[in-house]
Formats: sequence, C-alpha cells, structure tokens
Amino acid sequence: MRLKNKLIGGAIVTSSAISVVLIIAVIVIILVVTIIGGKDKLSWEFLTSFPKEGMMEGGIFPAIYGTVLLVIIMSIAAVPFGTITAIYLSEYAHEKSWLAQTIRFAVRTLATVPSIIFGLFGLGFFIKFVGVGMDNWFLGGQLRWAQPNLLWGSLTMALLTLPVVIVSVEEAIRTVPMELREASLALGATKWQTIWKVVIPGSISGIMTGTILAVSRGAGEVAPILFTGAAYYLATLPTSVSDQFMNLGYHIYVMSTQSSNVDQTLPIQFATTLVLLMLTFTLNFTAVLIRSRLRRRVK
Amino acid sequence: MKEAKIITRDLTLHYSQKMALNSINIQIPEKEVTAFIGPSGCGKSTFLRCLNRMNDLIPNVHIKGEILIDGLNIYQKKIDVVNLRKKIGMVFQKSNPFAKSIFENVAYGPRINGINNMKLLTGIVERSLKNAAIWDEVKDRMHDSALGLSGGQQQRLCIARTLAVEPEIILMDEPASALDPISTGKIEELIFELKKNYTIVIVTHNMQQAARVSDFTAFFYLGELIEHGKTRKIFTAPDNKQTEEYITGRFG
Repeated sequence: MRLKNKLIGGAIVTSSAISVVLIIAVIVIILVVTIIGGKDKLSWEFLTSFPKEGMMEGGIFPAIYGTVLLVIIMSIAAVPFGTITAIYLSEYAHEKSWLAQTIRFAVRTLATVPSIIFGLFGLGFFIKFVGVGMDNWFLGGQLRWAQPNLLWGSLTMALLTLPVVIVSVEEAIRTVPMELREASLALGATKWQTIWKVVIPGSISGIMTGTILAVSRGAGEVAPILFTGAAYYLATLPTSVSDQFMNLGYHIYVMSTQSSNVDQTLPIQFATTLVLLMLTFTLNFTAVLIRSRLRRRVK
Repeated sequence: MKEAKIITRDLTLHYSQKMALNSINIQIPEKEVTAFIGPSGCGKSTFLRCLNRMNDLIPNVHIKGEILIDGLNIYQKKIDVVNLRKKIGMVFQKSNPFAKSIFENVAYGPRINGINNMKLLTGIVERSLKNAAIWDEVKDRMHDSALGLSGGQQQRLCIARTLAVEPEIILMDEPASALDPISTGKIEELIFELKKNYTIVIVTHNMQQAARVSDFTAFFYLGELIEHGKTRKIFTAPDNKQTEEYITGRFG
C-alpha cells in the first residue's frame, strides 16, 4: 500500500515537473526564436513607419495604431458594461434568481466560445443586421455601416472580452468587506451611494485588472476581427470608426500566408511578433501585479 | 424613568423557519444607556439590528409586531429607511473605517446628505471628533488614512463618524469586545459623556461593562426578553431566577 502511494506520488511529481519544463521551454523557445529573427529589424523607424514595397519593406505603424484604437474602443464598450453587470450580480441579484443564474451561465458559456465564432457573430449581427439597418434607416440605403470597420471590430472584440471583465470585477467587488457596506448604510447612505462611494473605490484595482486582461486579450486575438474590420493593407490611417484598420495579429497572419515572398518578409514577421508579444506580456504582467496586491489586501 | 424613546410591541423575528426573537415588549428611555445582555445566540444583536432595520439586508428574515420610535412605527410601509438610519446611528463590533482619510471618514455622512461646503464640513468633522474624544490624537493627521489608527482609535473614529450625521439614537453592537482594557475604558467614558445628548443602546458580553455604563439593563435568553429594569436592580436583586443565574455566572 505504501509503495503504491509512493509510486502515485512520484508519478504526479514527475509529470508536473515535465509539464513545467515543457511550458517554460516553449516560452523560452518562442522568445529566443522571435528575438533572434526580429532583433535586426526592430528599430524606432520600424515602429513608426508605414509598410513599403508591397509590405516587403518598411514598418508596422498602421498595425500598431489600429490595434491601439481597437483596444481603446473595445475597453470603452466592455469595461463599463462588464462593471455594471458585475455590480448587478454581486450587489443586487439574489444568488438563486433566474436572471442572475442565466447571466452567470451566459458568462461562462461566452468564455468558452471559440473566437472565430465571435467573428462570424459580429459579421452576422453588427454588419448584416445593425449595419444594414442603420444604412437603410439613416442613409437611405447608401453603403456606410454595412461593411467591416473599426466600430464593429471593436464591439465584436468587446463581446469576447466581456466575460474577462465581469469575472475580475465581480471577484474584486466580493473582496470589499460586508462591514464597510453596513457602515455606509447605517450612516443613512442609499444602496447606490454605498456602491458608488465605498464598493467601487474598494474594487478599483479589480476593475483595472479586468481592463488590462481584456486589453491584452483583445490585442492578441485575430479571429473576431477577421470579418468585422481588419484590413490587409491600408495606405492611410483610419480617421473614423467607420473606417477599416490594420492590426498586429492580423498583420502577422497576412505576412506569413498572403505575402508574395514569405521568406523575404520573415524578419518583419519576427519583429512584428516580438512587438505583439512584448505588448501582451507587459499588459498581463501588470494585471498579475495588481491582482496579487489585491489578494494580499484580502488576507 | 424618562420618556420612552423606543417602544416595541410583540416584536417577533424569524430566520426562515427558525424563531430568533419571540414577542419582545420593551420601552427604552430617552437619553439613558440601555444595555442588552445575554449568552451568545440569545437574540440581543438581532434585536439591536431591528432598531435601525439593518436586518432588511439579510434575506429570509420575517418580522412581526411593531417598533415605535418617537411614536412612529418604523416598520410601516411608508417609512424611508435611509432617513431612519440617519436618525439612528450604529457602531459595530469590529471597527470598520473606510479606506479613506480620517477627515473623509467623518465627512462621509454629511457629504451624502449633500453638505459639500468645506468650511461647514471642517466644522462638523472637528466637532464630531471632539465629541468622540479622539480629536487630540488625530488633529495633526486628518488627511492620513484611517486604517493607520489603532483598533481603539478606529472605534472612536467610527463613533465620530456616526455623530457627524447628528443621530438621536446610537446603537452599539459590542463596541469594545475587540479592544484592550485601556481602549475599552476610553469607550466607556465616552458612552458616559454621550448619554447627555443621545439615547444609547449597547449590546455587550461583558457583564461588568453593562453594570458600569448602563442605566437600564435587559436580559435576553433564547430569543426572549427575560427581564428589563434599572441596572442596579438587575445586578443586585433580579426578579427572575434565570437572570440571577446568568449574572452570577452560573451559565452563559
């Protein structure tokens, strides 16, 4: 019996160790390969100039610009909406009410839906339904909103990142002690005053964590914007939310599959990958830092 | 006995199916200190939290009977609970200052009442802190976080925060149970001062404390009010045998 336990324990430890080594190895390999492949290309000029010569030369500025705009508009949509939902779930809804249970079920399901499905949904809902509707109602059938653009891409991405925001904000709200809510209510504050002046300030770091995680997810995903707004190549920067945009992740995909000479663009691909990796790593690392500070406070 | 500030009539409270308070009838006099004593789970805290309708926050609580404050039943439908709680302050067992500055903690109540004039606020905060006997300890660090204060100071800050709303009644739920003897002494002195202007109801586990600070004492047991009367009488010659046994430490 003892021997059996020892064997099982040993097997668990060994397989965990192998997994850890594998994961670290993969990360290291990805980093080393992209750094070696992209370091010569990476320069200030690369970050700030347009692609040239059919994207064989030049930089990736429009892709960075488009990605930043995408995540900003996405956050403007996802963070307030997600925060309000999280407040509803934790402060207003009864644990067993059908509405709260439905929302929780939807949030969990949403989090598991493959991102390409979000892209198709965005195409069907935002472009073919809302966009066509808007053009018919407001522009007399003139084509403006019924095509991929920055707004639809951002909103589709917002749907994808909504569960991330809701879950992190709700977790943070639950760490605000009940005693503080009681103190506020006992002073004659209304429920909403209590939420606004005590609960939200107390969970601000969770709201920030949720936002950063959503931004990093949104910056890295490509599938949701494939049909809803990302462009292969644009000679000018988007100036309105009804314009299409370039995107870092999509740019990597384009360069590695659509380019007329994949080998020649390899350094650009690596350098773009490196930029995207650094962006998402930094964002995630910041989120983890804020979250660990939040968790410490709870103890 | 002074005029009754709070009167309850057949107040009964159920948690789901379980009865927690059984037909409580009591008269609590104005500007005196009334202590609720009794073993854990006897319903004294539950009863206290009925007086400012804090139990509204807990699901599955059902209340029957009446609580009259200044002759008005606080459980009738048209009562504005928010206004009621401005009139009835509460100090909790565990000090619970907000993660804000000392000043903002005390200014919280006035601010939610719409007072934003800095001069006015400063006056209210200073007066409240003085009345809570903590002014001298914090006057030079009003804008430091309240969480940096000691437990006893935090509790007096919470009392100051309550005073800033200018309530008429102050409910205290074991306000000194987590404090050291010196801090406890300060809170007790404070209660003695406050009763000149406020009606105070205090729940305590500490019998000596009840004897020291209160004018009236109510003994609760298993959700019933067993005996209520002048503190001196309850502690020297109680009418009820259970009261006597509890006070002399034979159970509880």
